[in-house]
Amino acid sequence: MPYVPTRYFCLIVALVTIAIAFASRLATNDYFFFAGYVVLQYVVMATAWNILGGYTGYVNFGTAGFFAIGAYSAVVMHKLFEPPLIASIVVGGFMAGLVGLGMGYLTLRLRGVFFAIATLALAIVLQTLVTNWDFVGGARGVYIIRPETGPFGHPYIQYLFVLMLALSAVAICIARAIEHSKLGYGLATIRDDELAAEAAGVPTLRLKLIATVLSGALMGMAGAPLPYYVTYLDPSSGFNLAFAVNSIAMPLIGGTSSWLGPLIGAVLLATIQQIATVTISSALNLLIVGVIMVAFVTIAPNGILGLFERGVRARRRPAEKEAA
Amino acid sequence: MSALLQVEKLGKRFGGFVALEGIDLEVTAGERVGLIGPNGSGKSTLVNCITGALRNESGTVHFDGKRLDRLPAHSRTRLGLARSFQLPKPFHSMTVAENLHVPALYTVNARHGQHLSPAQIDARVDEVLTQVGLHEKANRRPRDLTQIEMRKLELARAMTAEPKLLIADEAMAGLSHSEVDDILALLLRLNAQGVTVIMIEHIMRAVTSFSQRLVVLVAGRKIADGAPEEVVRNPEVVKAYIGE
Repeated sequence: MPYVPTRYFCLIVALVTIAIAFASRLATNDYFFFAGYVVLQYVVMATAWNILGGYTGYVNFGTAGFFAIGAYSAVVMHKLFEPPLIASIVVGGFMAGLVGLGMGYLTLRLRGVFFAIATLALAIVLQTLVTNWDFVGGARGVYIIRPETGPFGHPYIQYLFVLMLALSAVAICIARAIEHSKLGYGLATIRDDELAAEAAGVPTLRLKLIATVLSGALMGMAGAPLPYYVTYLDPSSGFNLAFAVNSIAMPLIGGTSSWLGPLIGAVLLATIQQIATVTISSALNLLIVGVIMVAFVTIAPNGILGLFERGVRARRRPAEKEAA
Repeated sequence: MSALLQVEKLGKRFGGFVALEGIDLEVTAGERVGLIGPNGSGKSTLVNCITGALRNESGTVHFDGKRLDRLPAHSRTRLGLARSFQLPKPFHSMTVAENLHVPALYTVNARHGQHLSPAQIDARVDEVLTQVGLHEKANRRPRDLTQIEMRKLELARAMTAEPKLLIADEAMAGLSHSEVDDILALLLRLNAQGVTVIMIEHIMRAVTSFSQRLVVLVAGRKIADGAPEEVVRNPEVVKAYIGE
């Protein structure tokens, strides 16, 4: 595939995003927007997870924590000022990024499974704090009355859908820009071998912090519209483990080596889940994720992208032999 | 001439185990120094303390007039101190050429007043790959390399950082006779270009023919330091290697 410079790539993404936004106007049923919102939310989450998990090699199990920081930042903002949602998204992203920085600083000397456990613990600590914080509803949860219509007069759910679509585009552009940059090289060296990375002059700690902040901030931004989507938010749904499991499973199933993997994984898995929720039962969701993940770990450990690359290489090899 | 590398009273312990104690070492610019010692004598620990992979508890390390002790490893690399690892540590998700892009981007371009354009980096990477004889494999992944090619990649990555001092940690272990000569010739060429080299090695033939000076570590202490022919006759060294 020929290399497309990042600015053209982002232009293409922007055009596709606008095209999808307009095409969605054809949908006659609001359910399409409810389901589409969830799929797009997972595109952002999976892409964000992949910046730290895929590019840098640090498995974050605390995804739900960052997501909920975004959601609860929006709740706080709503209770204090009732600002436009975009302001809450920015604040949610900022808060989650800040927590990402703190987490990075405290835990990045841990590697592998120890890092994963520390991030999971972080999510639990945060959940406990929120559960005991009355201002945001505590364990009882909080109701958010969402406006009837968005700023352009469309139903609010359509506005949420378009916002999440735009966030997905931003996340994908960031991920893709990192991949083909000096930062991307640096993160890959951390994933491959941290000692060798330092010896080659890579400031590993600083790069890891950039990755945790970026990844955390994107997750927070994905979480900020949640209260307006569900209209009732309590800690056990905001910090739901399903967010963490899904955001890890999607990049793994799609492939962690590039921006395309999380996108494929998220669209595929989230769509299947949405269909299963309607046709079979909502309790089946995690079972589906589990089964698909087990299947991929055994059959295609490098995800769908990995399968595809293997196919391309296998087809190229006989040609190489003939040429030789 | 003042020393390029100056290690003074360096000490390192792991829990109750004293790995290094009171190590003094001076290396002048342009010198070829061999560092030898039995297994577990602290050679690699010393290298790790000098390059920043480990922190020494006591003593100081000065390089090119700057104190290194508190600097992280990548800052030391940027000052001109490069190393290769005893067990090759390639970036396995990247091609051979991309492996060399890393020090070019992060070390050479991080130095004050230097900035290589992407085309200059490509040229520089090409040049180093040709020098070590890995040019043909530029677009291969490290897993496709043989043992000696892996060692060469390890050295090439250190060379791309344009170091003043290169520490080669057992770059020849497990190689055949002719392969050892290959690496030796490479290191001698580097030294002729003005790079100071510290070689850690078990293969005596290689280390004695290469080094102008030999330093011997035994059980975390330096027991000899001098011309190779004298050092190998030193009774303490003989005792450490062969026994009484």
